[in-house]
Amino acid sequence: MDKRSEMHRRERRRYVIGYGGSLLLTGAVFTIAYKYGIETKGVYLSIALLGLAQLIVQLVYFLHIDRRRSSREDLDLILFSTLVLLIIILGTVWIMGNLAVRMHTYPM
Amino acid sequence: MKRAPTHSYPGLNLGRRHASADQAAEVVTFGFWVFLMSDLVYFGLMFAIYITMIDAQAGGPGPHELFDLYSIFAQTLILLTSSLTVGLAMLALKYNLPRWRIVFWFCVTLVLGLCFLVLEIRDFMAMAEQGGIPQRSGFLSAFYGLVPLHGLHVAAGCVWLIVLGIQLRMFGLTDLLMSRVVRLALFWHFLDLIWIGIITIVYFGGLTYG
Repeated sequence: MDKRSEMHRRERRRYVIGYGGSLLLTGAVFTIAYKYGIETKGVYLSIALLGLAQLIVQLVYFLHIDRRRSSREDLDLILFSTLVLLIIILGTVWIMGNLAVRMHTYPM
Repeated sequence: MKRAPTHSYPGLNLGRRHASADQAAEVVTFGFWVFLMSDLVYFGLMFAIYITMIDAQAGGPGPHELFDLYSIFAQTLILLTSSLTVGLAMLALKYNLPRWRIVFWFCVTLVLGLCFLVLEIRDFMAMAEQGGIPQRSGFLSAFYGLVPLHGLHVAAGCVWLIVLGIQLRMFGLTDLLMSRVVRLALFWHFLDLIWIGIITIVYFGGLTYG
């Protein structure tokens, strides 16, 4: 009984840590946007990196996916989907951007 | 050293105490995970279209006129908190807490989900008032293809919460219902992940490059 409530506390703490971490990262993103404005690429890069960090925090603490504990297929599936996504997104942006430059609709 | 409990599917596992439900959940949850990943690819396509359409504003209203960051901030906090409460519902289920605790956290999650939808629809209405309607420009078409798609997922999650709450009251904690709760929690966390992508790429990306 005691061991069980200890497990419960530990797993609840996991969720609370994930929530606190996400809250902190969200606050940081919006503070940066509020203080520095969202005009320059440097600011956007830091916002994007903080977003990526939040994705990882939620994957680990909410979805319980990490290298050690989850069965490998879940992580493999995420990595494969990410690969497909990168091909789709980067390919689209590359091709359409190139087209825009050649059609002279894009000032470059 | 104590070994960490093994995980056989994504999300919080039900564990040995619910061995039969845990086993029933394993295969279907993996199948559901495959569905979520295909959904992710669909969202990814919409993101790709949005990125290529950021400049296609055709003289219409752009991100700087249309986006309201205060409302986006509120929506982010609401969705994040609902992700926590759905996790607490899962914990209540796993550790055999009284059933009203599960239903309570379901209700909190439902209320937060509905608040999110109300704020989002208010945003869309404010955008429409300034001429930001889908047929105005390629940029707005891409925006309305992506963000309401996420909203539609949240609405579907709300319907799922209501139906599952009623089923829990009617049938109690059967193995089947427990594995359904596992999948609902997974779905809800997934929607929060997509929302992070939306605020980063659609809103902040739009404001930077639009």
